[in-house]
Amino acid sequence: MKLYEYQAKEILHKYNINVPKGEAATNVDEVAKIYSKSGAKKCVIKAQVLAGGRGKGGGVKIVETLDEAKAFASKLIGSCLITAQTGKKGIQVNRVLVAEAIDIKKELYLAISIDRSTSKITIMSSTEGGTEIEEVSAKAPHKILKEQINPLLGIRNFQAHQIALNLGLAGSLATKGSSLIKNLFKIFIEKDCSLLEINPLVLTPDNEIVVLDIKMDIDDNAIFRQKELLETKEITDVSRAEKMASEAGLSYIGLDGNIGCLVNGAGLAMATMDIIKLYGGTPANFLDVGGDAPIEKVTTAFEIIFTDPHVAGVLVNIFGGIMKCDIVAEGIIHAIKKVDIKVPLVVRLEGTNVEIARKKLDDPKLNIIFADSMKDASEKIIKAVNNKK
Amino acid sequence: MSILINKDTKVICQGITGNSGKFHTEHMLKYGTKILAGVTPGKGGTHVFDIPVFDSMKEAIEKTECDTSIIYVPAPFAADAIIEAAEAGIKLIICITEGIPTIDMLKVKAYLNTQTTRLIGPNCPGIITPGESKIGIMPGYIHMPGPVGVVSRSGTLTYEAVWQLTQRDVGQSTCIGIGGDPVIGTTFIDTLKLFQEDNGTEAIVMIGEIGGSAEEEAAEFIKQEVTKPVISFIAGLTAPKGRRMGHAGAIIAGGKGTVAEKVSCLRNAGVTVVDSPADIGEAVQKILSGSCPA
Repeated sequence: MKLYEYQAKEILHKYNINVPKGEAATNVDEVAKIYSKSGAKKCVIKAQVLAGGRGKGGGVKIVETLDEAKAFASKLIGSCLITAQTGKKGIQVNRVLVAEAIDIKKELYLAISIDRSTSKITIMSSTEGGTEIEEVSAKAPHKILKEQINPLLGIRNFQAHQIALNLGLAGSLATKGSSLIKNLFKIFIEKDCSLLEINPLVLTPDNEIVVLDIKMDIDDNAIFRQKELLETKEITDVSRAEKMASEAGLSYIGLDGNIGCLVNGAGLAMATMDIIKLYGGTPANFLDVGGDAPIEKVTTAFEIIFTDPHVAGVLVNIFGGIMKCDIVAEGIIHAIKKVDIKVPLVVRLEGTNVEIARKKLDDPKLNIIFADSMKDASEKIIKAVNNKK
Repeated sequence: MSILINKDTKVICQGITGNSGKFHTEHMLKYGTKILAGVTPGKGGTHVFDIPVFDSMKEAIEKTECDTSIIYVPAPFAADAIIEAAEAGIKLIICITEGIPTIDMLKVKAYLNTQTTRLIGPNCPGIITPGESKIGIMPGYIHMPGPVGVVSRSGTLTYEAVWQLTQRDVGQSTCIGIGGDPVIGTTFIDTLKLFQEDNGTEAIVMIGEIGGSAEEEAAEFIKQEVTKPVISFIAGLTAPKGRRMGHAGAIIAGGKGTVAEKVSCLRNAGVTVVDSPADIGEAVQKILSGSCPA
């Protein structure tokens, strides 16, 4: 679960980490109030969307008067922000952060994440903070230093100090930096983060260290013990279909194509999308119905697929291990009755109780095209969709 | 021959009294797996399908001398279950549980590094030596004994690959799902090493997916150490960048972990990588029959 910048900064503030004073707003009046209340001459207004590249995409501006603040906020709130990370459609801005502008002497980079290949926590630091950090990582990887933290020991003083030195912080600044790093590590563990990235971490002309921007991602597996974070969850960035899916316990991601996919298992679902593409079609979605799918869940899956008006055909690919094919068949029959499917439907079932399932679906009224392998299924759905055009 | 488990493997089921523990225990017993004990704290003294249930792993091992365990314990308690098993002296733990917090697994992994216990998973379908023992949730009937070792990060996609083999009368030595989580016990490299040493394995199927760098690391290992033919498929060519695909593992970070990068590393290491998931069985059959150079 990704947190908005303003939510992450609220957490940091609770841990006594320096963040610019600010508040989130959902309309121009609120922006005006926060701006006036702050008393600061210069404020920064930042679009709150769950994507990077906001500055370059026009979602961040420094304002110096109330009129300027109102003008920018009214332009930004409700608009669709397109950045390098949002895709072509962009994301609607429902909220902005209004915060005191900070004078910058130096921009640094600091991130905590999990290193899969060593199964340790890695703290990455660089003196080259700012919007070009990916460039730095590609062209001068030696400028990003990594410190591995043993999860059983946690961060030790010498490590925090080393990272502060890596950031170019010397003397009393190193002490300040090292306590900030230990504090961030504490947040990483206590909030079950999978990513905590600060870019930039800023050194001000008065030698204060301030977190200017932050990306915080919480491990979805740990949400059950992070309930207070769940309460702050907003799903404004999530489509209606993705919301329906999450409520039904399905995994769905909408894509640009026209062939709807209904599959069990994430790996098989990805492979099904791949083979559709390989044979010249384009998948409309990723949909994993999970390990067991009762009849209602299969029906909901169809409903979700058809929220996308571009779907011109559906491919069902189920390898029933624990999930029984006859139950899936019942679900398909129920869905056909309830959803009124008007596009070609190709069904490939394999595994437990497949014979019973085939008998159930073998009814001309259901108008199902059967396939006996992944290859057969993808060829048939692509042909059916093309014929309809 | 096989790796890690065979017909004599004696198994304890942790979480045997829960719904999924009970369900899968029944299927494993039908397959012929020797499940001699179950453990659920507070349920000691009861029975599930005539299998005695104990309160602790220590007690279960003392009474039954099992050295392998399978875990169906719910995610919030699964890390504890793994550590309990290792502390009690279990040699091989298969953890099926999905959804264990990553921070918990980091600690478990660091602890296991100091022990001799091997962990498979979590969030995996388990391990099967066809015709001998099934310790997991995979459908038994799609497998048949034979010379191909299968290792995969995915569940149902593994079934797909195995089924393609079996339909072509190509059997399997052992099939392992290592799981798709960011932190797992047994890696591709660990499994490749075992298959390379196993006399019963003549070829290896390795199924990967986008995210992480496990396939790239495996490619390096294959180049250096594996002389047996390896056939591979990597899922996720069409997966959109930076979005999660249900597996914690399926995240692309920057240029690393893309399908193209993984495929190129594997091909450089001499691995036969098929572009279509439908071609896995055929590719293996060709290589085994010698009609195609490995």
